[in-house]
Parts: sequence; C-alpha cells; structure tokens
Amino acid sequence: MVDQLINHLVWPIVYILCITIPLILAVAMFVYWERKVIGWMHVRMGPNKIGPLGLLQAFADVVKLLIKEVILPTTANRFLYYLAPMLTLVPALAAWAVIPFSGKMVLSNANAGVLYLLAMTSLGVYGIILAGWASNSRYALLGAMRSAAQVISYELAMGLCLVCVLVLAGSLNLTDIVNAQAGHKGLLDWFWLPLLPVFVIYFISGVAETNRAPFDVAEGESEIVAGFHVEYSGSAFAIFFLAEYANMILVSFLSAVLFMGGWLSPFPSSWGFIGHAGFPWLLIKAFLFSFLFLWFRASFPRYRYDQIMRLGWKVFIPIAIVWVLVAGCLKYFGWVTIGTGV
Amino acid sequence: MNPQLLQLICFYLFGFIAVVAALAVITLKNTVHAVLSLVLTFFSAACLWMLADAEFLALALIVVYVGAVMVLFLFVVMMLDIDQEKMREGFVKFLPVGLIVAAAMLVEMLGLIGVKAMHAQVMGADPAVVAGVSNTAWLGQALYTKYLLPFEVAALILTVGVVAAVALTLRQRVDATRHESASEQVRVNPRDRVRIVKMDAVRPAQPTPVPPQEPSS
Repeated sequence: MVDQLINHLVWPIVYILCITIPLILAVAMFVYWERKVIGWMHVRMGPNKIGPLGLLQAFADVVKLLIKEVILPTTANRFLYYLAPMLTLVPALAAWAVIPFSGKMVLSNANAGVLYLLAMTSLGVYGIILAGWASNSRYALLGAMRSAAQVISYELAMGLCLVCVLVLAGSLNLTDIVNAQAGHKGLLDWFWLPLLPVFVIYFISGVAETNRAPFDVAEGESEIVAGFHVEYSGSAFAIFFLAEYANMILVSFLSAVLFMGGWLSPFPSSWGFIGHAGFPWLLIKAFLFSFLFLWFRASFPRYRYDQIMRLGWKVFIPIAIVWVLVAGCLKYFGWVTIGTGV
Repeated sequence: MNPQLLQLICFYLFGFIAVVAALAVITLKNTVHAVLSLVLTFFSAACLWMLADAEFLALALIVVYVGAVMVLFLFVVMMLDIDQEKMREGFVKFLPVGLIVAAAMLVEMLGLIGVKAMHAQVMGADPAVVAGVSNTAWLGQALYTKYLLPFEVAALILTVGVVAAVALTLRQRVDATRHESASEQVRVNPRDRVRIVKMDAVRPAQPTPVPPQEPSS
C-alpha cells in the first residue's frame, strides 16, 4: 500500500520538481542573460551592480516583484483577474512533461507526445485573453486580441511543420523522433537538412507564438504600453513573465529535439568522446536557440500587425503545406536515409 | 491502492467536474463565465477519454475545441454587449417551451439508449491493443487505409466550408473614407513612395572673400 503510494504519487512529484525548479532558475538566469546581451548589443554594460557581474540581478527582481502589492483594478472581474496568470503558467509548465532530456531521462514517455505539446501550447492563449478581458482596460483588451489572433495563426504553421517531422520520423513520441535522427554522420543525419525551410518556419513561428520581438505587437510598448498584462503588478505580473520565458525555453528545447537531434552529438560517432550522445548536447543546442530570441529582439524592428498575419497565413502556411508533400515523397521514395534510425 | 482503484477515483472525479461544469454553463449569469465552464467541460471530457485509452481523441478535443473553437467563441462573447436583466425577462414565458424541448430530448435519448441496449453487442477487445500498437497509430492506419475515401470527402467538405467562410467575410466597404486596404498597402512598391537620388558630392563654390572695405571718410 505504502509502496504503491510512493510509486504512484511521491516519485512523480519528485521528478516534476526536478524539472520545474531548474526551469524556474533557468528563467531567472535567462532574464539576466537577455539584459546582458541586449546591453552589449546596445554598447551598454547591462546589469552589473548586484552580485559578481550582476549575476544576482534576476533574484533581486524576483524578490522585488514578490513583495510588491498586487493591485486589483476597481472595475476588474476579480475571479478571472486572479485566475488568468495561473492559466498562463500551468500549460507553460505542463508542456515540459514530455520533453526528453536524454535517451532515458523523460518524465512521461507518452506515445502521443507531440499532440500533447500542441494541446498544452494551445491552452496558453486562455490566460492571455482572460487577462486582457478581466482587467477591463482598453490597452489590455487590445493586447489580448492581438496576441490571441497571432498565437492561433502561428499555431497552424507550427502544426504543419510538426507534420513534416512526424512523416519522416514515423512517430509522435519525442524520444522516437530523436532516435530516428541518430546515425553515423552526426550533424548531417538530423532533420534540419531535409526539412530546412520547415525548420526555419518552425523557429520563427515559435518566436511569434511566444509574442517575442519582432512579433511583439501584443505587448508593443510604444503603442499599447504592455498589452494584456498592463494592469498586473507584483507577483501576478511575475507569473506572466515566468510563463513567457518558460515558453521561450520550451520552444528552444523543441527546436533542438525535433530538428537538431536532441541529445545526439553533432560529430560523427567515430570521433571518440565528443561523438557520444548525452544531455549536455541538448543544453548547448537549446542555449543557442534561446540566444537567437535575444539576438532577434535586439536586431529587428517590430512587424506591423497586418504584416504578421500576412507572413503567417500567406507565406508560412503554404510553404509548410508544400513541404509536407516533399517530406512524404522523401519518405516514400526513400530519397533520404535519415529518419530510419541507425 | 491499486491502479484500478486510482483509475476509478479519477473517473468519478473527472466525471463530477464535467457534470458540474456543464450545469454551470446553463446556470451562470455571466456569459464569459459560462463559456469558461464549457471549456472546463470539454477539458474534463478529454480527461475521461484519456482514461479510456483514447489518447488521440482526447488530445484532438483539446487542440481543436478547447484550443481553437472555444477561443473564437470566447472572443465573440466578450465582444457582445448584453443587458443581463433583459436577457432574463422572458424566463416564465419561455419556460413551457423549454420544458417541452427538454422532455422530447430526454425521451429520444432514452429511446436510443433502449434500442441500443436491446441490440447490445458485446464490445470486442480494443482493436489497437489487439494489433499491439498505440491508439493513435491504429487510428491513423484505419483512417488512411480502410476509411480513406470518407476521410478525404470529409476533408473536402471542410475545405469548401473554409472557402465559403472566407468568401462571406471578404467584403470591402466602399463608403469608408478613413479606411486603408491592407492588400493595397502590401502591394505598394517603395519606389513609388520615395525616390532616392544619387548625387555627387559637390563642394559649394567658395564665395570670394570680400576684402574689408576701408572705412571711407
């Protein structure tokens, strides 16, 4: 009885904590890294006062946000106003359940892992809409509408990109998808090569889906102040922040898992130690992808709203549909050797 | 606590939430709350299907209904400007009609369940389990081989629906003066708007220094 209780309840909770606590720490350090990188690109210092090299800045920010008062606007809908941040955070964290960190390290090796991811990421939009509506503020509502339209539009392109990966890998299980990319040629065995356009579309859609620059009309500081979370303060705002960054890191990990071979080494397996597969490779790849988010933010001006919609519907979706056919042909006629595993 | 018991507890929990949420949909006064209750109902139903090992259906329900359809629904409801009091005015007047409809539906459902029960066939084993593959894989196999034609026809009908929806909403106001067409904006060629002229840098002619005039007296 006690044994089973431990097996069914205690260990899963321990595993979940093993993922979420490092994730939250990673978000804190990612915020610091973002400010630092953007500072360098602007020829500034970035945060450098708190702790050595400013490393404790993120923690100081967290403490500041937590001890601030959460202000409830008088005309807001009380229940939904407090519910919205949680509805944003929960799917952002829940999606991590199926991410495989290495061949054995995965919380839930679900057969329909990719579908589960799609389901979870599509739930995140509720927090945004409700935050915008419950705040009862014009800016917040405008931001929420923009954000929701954008997320729904780019989800389609993203889904079609996933279809290409599924066709080549022949599985919805993320561990199987990575294993299908294994081979002796290292880097050249991964899906990014036969699916290059789709890979690019996937990552750009990921940037748009997380409402990051240059697709950040939903927040658009210069137009609508901060979008859907303009009325939030203190810890409620911190939760939105946490969810946004957790989603960015999730997209980085997914790009690495789906297109860049996950935990596989980029070097041929004959190269000895550095040719071995392992968890650090996934971290390095995800770090490079998450760096792209910051690079984009510091480099590109913001897209106009209709340009975003046009890019999603009239450019990305048609290309992705065509590439689904191409991927089908690649698989059917056996034009590529990858996707068959070792 | 064996797995079966845990599953049973989960079943009743999800089922209870689904029923309560479904009741909330029709009793809550605030329309936005009602829509959210509907979302919760869908979500609980998806959890129930997941318990029944129908993982593909469960996730598809969340992706399609919760993630897309209900979001649009929520949008519409949020934009509505409803007078709550006015909506509740005709309650007594429409009550008999509502009761009749409800009774008719109850009789129909009971009849259907009764007929089904009479022709009760013992459900065979789960075909996915028999084939030794996951539910999703089995469903994919069945849809794309055995039921390919109906599947494609359904897809075609949906596509027609999409085209019709686009055609219905694709209209332009002719009377609008402060309206800019997005497609026109996109089609603009930058060269029509700004002309960049290349000019050689020319040193302006040096004005000849005017010699200071001697004050003449």
